[in-house]
Amino acid sequence: MTDATQSAAHDAEGRYKLIARSLVRRRGRQARMKFYGMAALGFAFLMLAILVGSLLMSGYRAFTQTHVTLSVFVDPEEVKVERLPRGDFDDVLAASLAELFPDVDTGSRAEMRELSSILSNGAQFQLRDMIVDDPELIGTTVTVTVPVSDPFDQLGKGLVLRETPEDQRRVTDQQIAWFDALDERGAISEPFNWALFTHADSRFPELAGLKGALIGSFWALLVCFLISFPLGIGAAIYLEEFAPKNKISDFIEININNLAAVPSVVFGLLALAVFINWFGMPRSAPFVGGMTLALMTLPTIIIATRAALKAVPPSIREAALGVGASRQQVVFDHVLPLAMPGILTGTIIGLAQALGETAPLLLIGMNAFITSAASTPFDSATALPTQIFIWADSPERGFVSRTSAAILVLLGFLILMNGIAVFLRNRLHRSW
Amino acid sequence: MTTLSFAILLVVAITGFVLNRQAAYAIGTTGNRLHSIPWFHGLYSALTILVPAIVLVLVWLVAKDPIIDMIVMGGLPDEARTGLSDGETQLLLAEIKSIAGGRIFGEPEDWKLAAAERFASLHDISSIALVVVTALLAIVLLIITRKQVGREFRARQRAEGIIDRLLIFCSVVAIFTTVGIIAALLFETIKFFRMVPITEFLFGMNWEPQIPIREDQIAATGAFGWIPVIVGTLVITTVALLVAAPVGLASAMYLNEFAPRQLRAVAKPILEILAGIPTVVYGFFAILVVAPALRSAGQALGLDVSPNTALAAGGVMGIMLIPFISSFADDAMAAVPRSLRDGALALGATRAEMMVQVVFPAAIPGIVGGVLLAVSRAIGETMIVVMAAGLIASLTINPLDSVTTVTVQIVTLLIGDTSFDNPKTLAAFALGMMLFLVTLVINIFALRIVRRYREAYD
Repeated sequence: MTDATQSAAHDAEGRYKLIARSLVRRRGRQARMKFYGMAALGFAFLMLAILVGSLLMSGYRAFTQTHVTLSVFVDPEEVKVERLPRGDFDDVLAASLAELFPDVDTGSRAEMRELSSILSNGAQFQLRDMIVDDPELIGTTVTVTVPVSDPFDQLGKGLVLRETPEDQRRVTDQQIAWFDALDERGAISEPFNWALFTHADSRFPELAGLKGALIGSFWALLVCFLISFPLGIGAAIYLEEFAPKNKISDFIEININNLAAVPSVVFGLLALAVFINWFGMPRSAPFVGGMTLALMTLPTIIIATRAALKAVPPSIREAALGVGASRQQVVFDHVLPLAMPGILTGTIIGLAQALGETAPLLLIGMNAFITSAASTPFDSATALPTQIFIWADSPERGFVSRTSAAILVLLGFLILMNGIAVFLRNRLHRSW
Repeated sequence: MTTLSFAILLVVAITGFVLNRQAAYAIGTTGNRLHSIPWFHGLYSALTILVPAIVLVLVWLVAKDPIIDMIVMGGLPDEARTGLSDGETQLLLAEIKSIAGGRIFGEPEDWKLAAAERFASLHDISSIALVVVTALLAIVLLIITRKQVGREFRARQRAEGIIDRLLIFCSVVAIFTTVGIIAALLFETIKFFRMVPITEFLFGMNWEPQIPIREDQIAATGAFGWIPVIVGTLVITTVALLVAAPVGLASAMYLNEFAPRQLRAVAKPILEILAGIPTVVYGFFAILVVAPALRSAGQALGLDVSPNTALAAGGVMGIMLIPFISSFADDAMAAVPRSLRDGALALGATRAEMMVQVVFPAAIPGIVGGVLLAVSRAIGETMIVVMAAGLIASLTINPLDSVTTVTVQIVTLLIGDTSFDNPKTLAAFALGMMLFLVTLVINIFALRIVRRYREAYD
């Protein structure tokens, strides 16, 4: 072997080693990059899991409510037929509680108050409604199951630590002893919290429910749908099928795209200034909320409808035109029905967004404290997201879990709506 | 009464449809060839009745209350009317209305009772008049359209002409909305700048939107300089982007090139879930989990973390923006032509080098557009910051401190009862105007970048 070939072989070996080393480095870099990507994705999933997990953990407790079952002697002294629906129902309940604990001094007001604070403020109204329905019950002993007040609900669910010093919790040692005694008698139960769906808002967590918010959201969404669906489809049909390609059409289109990106709180300002201040529409009304949401949903529906119309193949249009249909007949009789699944999917997704929208509703006053459900869209009401906002702001412990529960209800509706949208898309989708 | 008007309208319109269709059909069966099929004659009648009558009802409903108010106020004795401020006029009107509604407090003066009576009677008259007028209009239109039915009548063109105009109206609503937003914001903002000089608003370093309750109050003037508010907004936006941009871009790159097909099919919808969660939920998450966690972490490190730290609000907002950035970046990278990727691989680049040195630079415009849209989202985002950020405007860029944002100020200034004649309320509109302008500029810019870029490779 000559020197030259030897050194060439040497060079080749060196280069080979160099390449091998750099390859290791480059592959390492690729592996690192893959890892970063997976880590990023993992971070996003982890956050979603923590979000949903923490809501479930704190929210599931609000789906049950601690109740106490009492035998109540409806004392004719306290409750008189002729005075109904008035009567001292709270005294009747307190007396029946005191009967269970002979060592309680019924003469001491302080002690009686401490004892009867176990019961929810709503208990007396439940008893009252029962007696008003059937006045015959006066003078007899009835068995009632009434909710306990929030601190005892927390105690029953084990959220109040008994080890904490007495002055740092909202229930006294004596009250805990009473509660435990009731529990031993089997008087304490924890049934499903129907009040969460059948009651409107209340200052007392154990009585607060979502009925008002659900109905308010329903009215707002209905108004939103009735306005944005026809307007959105009309606008999309015009822009996609009939509009001449000129500056005005371009301007409308840019306008719609920009509207889709305007911050939601600005729509709230619009509604406050125009609908409420200039037109004098009522504050807090789901009707006004629905109109505001409609303006926000409009771009979503227009964009979805245009995409759906575009997806209908030209052959359909040409065939219809060929047999003598007018351009409007082509659109309304042939293209639109075929595009309907796509339009409905887009509309439902738009409505789902509107259901979760909060900021504009705050500005038009749909965060008021309203204890009755709206019977028309013009009554004052809250909506589901604003109710969540109100409860999240409330200091009582019981509202923390109720806020989470309300969020779970909201998320449930969103999943349902999006599920319907996906179902429609998969079920009715036609490939041409 | 409104419901009754609509019911009457609907009945008349349906009658018109049926009558005209039958009339046209009758002409058709006599052997004459109709210009339009009977269905269009019916449609023409229904539309001609419905459109003007509905417009009439809506205009009536909007104009009714202000006109009645004007008549009632105009009918008041002069001595009761003169020298009233805007607020007092409103108060007087509210009192008259509540008397008219049967809620009488104390013993109102006779002229108030008279005004209330007039108010009530005007109300009754107007609702009856509405029904009568709509019914009359509808029936007149019904008769006119019925007379028009004929062999030569171009019902199809007429009906389609109306529909065409309705469609144009639908698409112009979007412009109305924009005009409405601009008008509302501009109007109130100008009022605000009459009370507070524009230079103080733009360059002032203090934001204390108080208004004096009494004239002689100490520190009564309040300050309306928006610098601390916009700085707070920028701090939170920066935190949000520092979370969202790396995570979003890394996951987009991974999903675009490296992820197995099955993982991609699962991961994209899961990311979309993050985008679909309402912001009020994120806000609650921030105060329930993230802020306490950051606070205890800060304590462990010996840092003083405010309970309303900008990190909590910004971080949670960042989580919300991950899918936003990731899907924009994914789309942008997917739009890079296959030939560029193949070229890079053929030269011996690893897939990572191809992504970083070829695909990513080629997709930069689309990615920048997406990130800009995310910035505009973050600036305009309301509920997370309302729930998790602070209320007090302090001029700081320390993300551990509590800062406030433009949207927080808008909401807190406008929650509760608002009157439109004090600078506190109007300041919210001035902030809204700035918010609208800033996001509008960013959006237009971002949409233009995205669109131009898309065209470059199509």
